[in-house]
Amino acid sequence: MAKLNMVQAINLALREEMARDDRVVVMGEDVGRDGGVFRVTEGLREHFGAERVIDTPLSESGIVGAATGMAAYGLRPVAEIQFMGFIYSALDQLSAHGARLRTRSRGRYTCPLVVRTPYGAGIKAPELHEESSEAIFCHIPGIKVVAPSGPYTAKGLMLAALRDPDPVLYLEPTRLYRLIREEVPEGEYLTELGRARLARTGDNVTVIAWGSMLERVLKAVEPYSADVIDLLTLSPFDAETVLASVRKTGRAVIVHEAIKTCGLGAEIAATIAEDAILHLRAPVLRVTAPDVPVPLGKLIDHYLPTAEQIRAALDEVLQY
Amino acid sequence: MPNEVIAEFKVTRMSILDENGIADVALMPELSHEEIRKMYELMLLARAFDQRALALQREGRLGTYPPIMGQEAAQVGSAMAIKPADWVFPSFRETGVHLSLGYPIAQIFQYWSGDERGQLTPDNLNIFPFCVSVGTHIPHAVGAAMAARYRRDPIAVVAYFGDGATSKGDFHEGFNMAGVFRLPVVFICQNNQWAISIPVKEQTAAASLAQKAVAYGFEGIQVDGNDVFAVYCATRNALEKARGNGGPTFIECLTYRVADHTTADDAGRYRSSEEVAAWRARDPILRLERFMAAQGFWSEDYGREARSRASASMDEAVHEMEGFPPPAAADMFEHACASLSPRQTRQQEGL
Repeated sequence: MAKLNMVQAINLALREEMARDDRVVVMGEDVGRDGGVFRVTEGLREHFGAERVIDTPLSESGIVGAATGMAAYGLRPVAEIQFMGFIYSALDQLSAHGARLRTRSRGRYTCPLVVRTPYGAGIKAPELHEESSEAIFCHIPGIKVVAPSGPYTAKGLMLAALRDPDPVLYLEPTRLYRLIREEVPEGEYLTELGRARLARTGDNVTVIAWGSMLERVLKAVEPYSADVIDLLTLSPFDAETVLASVRKTGRAVIVHEAIKTCGLGAEIAATIAEDAILHLRAPVLRVTAPDVPVPLGKLIDHYLPTAEQIRAALDEVLQY
Repeated sequence: MPNEVIAEFKVTRMSILDENGIADVALMPELSHEEIRKMYELMLLARAFDQRALALQREGRLGTYPPIMGQEAAQVGSAMAIKPADWVFPSFRETGVHLSLGYPIAQIFQYWSGDERGQLTPDNLNIFPFCVSVGTHIPHAVGAAMAARYRRDPIAVVAYFGDGATSKGDFHEGFNMAGVFRLPVVFICQNNQWAISIPVKEQTAAASLAQKAVAYGFEGIQVDGNDVFAVYCATRNALEKARGNGGPTFIECLTYRVADHTTADDAGRYRSSEEVAAWRARDPILRLERFMAAQGFWSEDYGREARSRASASMDEAVHEMEGFPPPAAADMFEHACASLSPRQTRQQEGL
């Protein structure tokens, strides 16, 4: 079995699915000739042709809007938004249309669309190239939001997203693109949407993370006896797995690189409060970025949650 | 060195039928009396729908409704050129298009009564749901045209929108992609000259909307939007061009929104009654009546009967609409997504 990085794993998923299903087409800025700015779509145009790997004008709303029309017509487009910081002009298309087309048309038209976008900080890129605004999209019913934490889950989640009958926002943690290599099997395996993964098991505390933060969490918790939940699907998130673990450990720490206020951690903490508060021995803590715009590279290490901050939160809840 | 001229353009306006009902024989499309009668009766049907919708809204039997009065020729004339296999992306003011394509009348009333079930397009039609968010459906039409081409389907795609939409970003992004990919799509703008209270002169500094197409590398044409023959001709030509791989066309139908923006609007606050009266005199139905009368196939009796048939269709449709049982509360989950999350399931069960 080949050891692949995340870029290669996503590429493999796209390649396999395009070979299997001629409804799958890839579109976006620089995805064809250039193979994508991170090379995720490298070689696809040579293999499948310009008709299926479409270089579009610089047009985020147009890309997602056109992909919505293609999906409604019966194709399965994969639209790339080059960086998450540029997705906001397509937010209208996703929230007003992609997410609502099935409802509005009473099921006559659907939107099986995957929007891929690199997200997250730590790659020394310019402003708006390091955003982590997943919570905005988790607040839109009708869209699923997923974030792989490594090459293996990246392929499985991509295949599952491509088979899903509704729009899926697929967040690719840029910091991990080439950081981790894992064994990634060829051929079909689907990482079920809506299902979290227990990345590590322990007894005293539950740590919940996803995407770019999982790797940091796993390093930070090494000396602790902790359940680490890799959320994988951020919306709808797997409350069942979270609650089962919290009922066991009695303590929860949520780690995300997005800002704190109205972040996905707030939703998870509220769910724990609603359904498992009597099992808690300590307050639920969140380790997050501060409530400021994502800073440029020189300050990014002060912005992103660190292993020390994660350990400090664990120590705090373990005092109870 | 003098500057070089690198582009020059001209924009034309097509008219066939003038305000007095006199048609330019040389330009007149080949339409039988039966087809022209059909156009006329569809325009009456659209007018009857509007009048009934306004009355029902005042009685509290319908929600907010955006009337199309004055735009019947632009809607019926263009829709008559559309084939059933074509895909149509309407805005929210296209009742005449829906009626012309055979969308169930009761369902249009149902939608405007606040019941989303009215948006279920019958299987034999490819009409997208009403797009309330202005101009954002233009890229959908572009995507459908991309998909149709990929599938080698011999169809065309039509997007309808108003003058206000031409100021939106999605107008630009959609038009640009349509031009770059030379797609089989026809854009029909009903320039009714008012986006709620903003007149078209404050919407753009361009002398016409049609000329905007030039910048995207395809043809734009203005037609007299109250001239059903010109609208039909321009649309038919553009659709044939699209199906023949000739690329997109932008048709600006110059017309006028005679009524308020919606039943929640009072147009008297921002425009003069003289202006409205002048446009009422250019009524597209009256113009066609004059033409038909001069050609000997319209009479007072026929006009009265046709109006009465249109009115009877409304009676029937309203009766049907008011007979629909109200949606169950759980219905809001019905099409929210292909399969509900555990939380959504609990919420639905908890209703």
